[in-house]
Amino acid sequence: MKFGGGAAGSMSLPGSSVARQKDGAADAVSDQFPAGLRVLVVDDDPTCLTILDKMLRTCRYEVTKCNRAEVALSLLRENKNGYDVVISDVHMPDMDGFKLLEHIGLEMDLPVIMMSADDSKNVVMKGVTHGACDYLIKPVRIEALKNIWQHVVRKKKNGWKELEQPGRLDDGDRQQKQEDLDNLSPSNEGSWKTSKRKGEEDEGEEKDDMATLKKPRVVWSAELHQQFVVAVNQLGIDKAVPKKILELMNVTGLTRENVASHLQKYRLYLRRLSGVSQHQGGLNNSFLGPQETSFGMMPSLGGIDLRTLTVAGQLPAQTLASYQASGLTRAALKPSIAMPFVDQRDSLSIEIPKLKFGEGQKQQQQLSTTNTKHINLLQGIPMTMEQKQLVSFQQSPQLSGTLNNLHGGGQNSSLLRQMVQPQSQGEMLNESIGGQMSLIQSSIGQPIPRNRVSNSDYSVNHMADLPHNGFPLSSTPVITPLSSKGFKQEGISSDMQGEKVFAQSYDVFDNLHQHKTQNWQLQNAALNYGAASRYPTTSLGNAVNVSPSVLVHQAFSLANHKNGHNGDCHVGKTISFAGAEEQFGGTTNIDRNANCLLTNIPSRVKVERVQEMSSRTNLFSDHFGHDDLMSALLKQQEDLGQVESEFDFDGYTMDNIPV
Amino acid sequence: MNSEIDRNKLHGQAGLTRQSLFDQGYLDEQFVQLEELQDDTNPNFVEEVVTLFYRDSARLLANIEQALERSPLDFAKLDDYMLQFKGCCSSIGAKKVKNECTQFQEYCRAGSSDGCTRTFQQLKREHSTLKNKLEAYFQLA
Repeated sequence: MKFGGGAAGSMSLPGSSVARQKDGAADAVSDQFPAGLRVLVVDDDPTCLTILDKMLRTCRYEVTKCNRAEVALSLLRENKNGYDVVISDVHMPDMDGFKLLEHIGLEMDLPVIMMSADDSKNVVMKGVTHGACDYLIKPVRIEALKNIWQHVVRKKKNGWKELEQPGRLDDGDRQQKQEDLDNLSPSNEGSWKTSKRKGEEDEGEEKDDMATLKKPRVVWSAELHQQFVVAVNQLGIDKAVPKKILELMNVTGLTRENVASHLQKYRLYLRRLSGVSQHQGGLNNSFLGPQETSFGMMPSLGGIDLRTLTVAGQLPAQTLASYQASGLTRAALKPSIAMPFVDQRDSLSIEIPKLKFGEGQKQQQQLSTTNTKHINLLQGIPMTMEQKQLVSFQQSPQLSGTLNNLHGGGQNSSLLRQMVQPQSQGEMLNESIGGQMSLIQSSIGQPIPRNRVSNSDYSVNHMADLPHNGFPLSSTPVITPLSSKGFKQEGISSDMQGEKVFAQSYDVFDNLHQHKTQNWQLQNAALNYGAASRYPTTSLGNAVNVSPSVLVHQAFSLANHKNGHNGDCHVGKTISFAGAEEQFGGTTNIDRNANCLLTNIPSRVKVERVQEMSSRTNLFSDHFGHDDLMSALLKQQEDLGQVESEFDFDGYTMDNIPV
Repeated sequence: MNSEIDRNKLHGQAGLTRQSLFDQGYLDEQFVQLEELQDDTNPNFVEEVVTLFYRDSARLLANIEQALERSPLDFAKLDDYMLQFKGCCSSIGAKKVKNECTQFQEYCRAGSSDGCTRTFQQLKREHSTLKNKLEAYFQLA
């Protein structure tokens, strides 16, 4: 736990708090509720943090102090059910409070209360739109804190409604629940108490007792989210209603309410993405908004991302340096950073083709410049992976092979395997992979040198492993946009461990392919981040190996976004937004985060996600690559959806990709 | 309530000093909030927080000072710094200092370099004055 400066560490209240574990004495908690409420307070100002901590403890809450957002995120990720509510300052040096808010909302679905000395309407509004359940103006009075438990209860209550119907997905009890659900007759639907009885004992108690606040939440795992996105895409974002989505998803135990609330979040997310695209850097510095924005913003993004990257740790500094030196940063930054999932906003239609060609006009221009650079670079890079290989890459066996080649096998193979799986599903893969592979390879080659980080290992060969590309660096969550990018491209799991690598490779690719980059980024971001955030493709370098979950998330976002915005923001967004840095604690936490992510998400993230990534990578590879690849890519762009599926992202087909 | 008892115990000079701080506008209600947090487990909570504040605020002020030396002034950044500083001041109930913060922010928005610089000097004075007064007060309390 991080503590505010100077103040004594504030850990949860001894004794009683321990008893109040989620699975534990729910009764004890309920009796004393709201005492024992587990609060995570995040504020970089030590004075405020100390005061808040004391106030919260006076309210008999179980307080954990944290003075850095990344640390807070990693804490939350490590212990998903360890907190009931988060209070965070808006202005923090390492991560924007709103970004943290979004991450938490997407990943953990905890109520988040924002705080600031700024009481201007637009900031408060921002809190609302980002999903904060409350906004406190500093100086915060203890009276304001006394009532924060209401947000926890409210959220749980809403969640309980889901329990009323047979079909409650729970983290650990999924299977059980399903069984229970199956056993539940329709007549039970109306009575959550009934379901409670049938449910776990804990849950029953929890449901029964609002005070316990331990209602199991539906966990939107990567696969589930993917299915969700697919369903939404099929219906069309405008027409996607929970009922239909539910039907399409056809997941046992999932309720309409689950879908509805998830859809709401998703829509918010998309809206934000689109909002970003419209206002350059409106959302976030890191967000580049639409392609153009991304490109245009590259410098800024680059700066930001770079910063983040730097913060993230190893990668950034190196990456930045290398990037800047090579000018890739710009390119790299653009695609990865810039592309938040804004594009998707329009509709999940995949705009990859657009991205490539039309949408990112600016980008294109920029890209072309960078592309040239990159292309040249790429050309210089021997393509170890041949087209054939690329193609074969698609095929699982080959993939693994390629991956292995790339890295040395360990990670790669895992990635490959992961990728392989998706690939089989993806039809596009074949096509895209081939093309992309070459591209990727070439691009990878380039980034490698740049990515001082392990990426260097990624030679073109690595690229061949498209899947690699797709898969975020296994080890390193995409902390920084750059890194994530690099990774993606490189796809190399082992090396790419570092986010840096990811970003770098990514960048390279980005540069090469205007369009692709965007998509790529998304993919990469998604892949990388998979774990990090569901929607935003926080490209955590987490390669397939590392955390399929991560990939999934990313893929998810990518996949989802790809449809519309491949190049767009998703990637960028995820990266910047998702805070690769943030998610992974930016700095040194990256690895840790990655691990966290991996561990946390693995269950959720499936290879599928990775697949998406891979498919994406394919896309990117197309981008970055050679002219012939470009054309291939273009073709593929149309099939973006397919491409995505290459990596076995079943759900995600680029159906929306405008041809 | 410990805090109430404590306050009630502040007879004589301590009580008067404390009261004058409020009367003269140096401190506001937020300071009382801090006092109310003081209890047996944290018998010197207020003093600790104030010490923490002065240590941390020195850093924030140095940042602002540095930013004020740039030319031209980056008002957005200054405004941002000041927002942070203001949050800090307001947390301990430093009323006059907080008012200077608000004034400074207004000058930032108006883009007035002169206004910012002047206000900042005033702010530092208030900041320092309060520090002395509180130190004296803690000696008594």
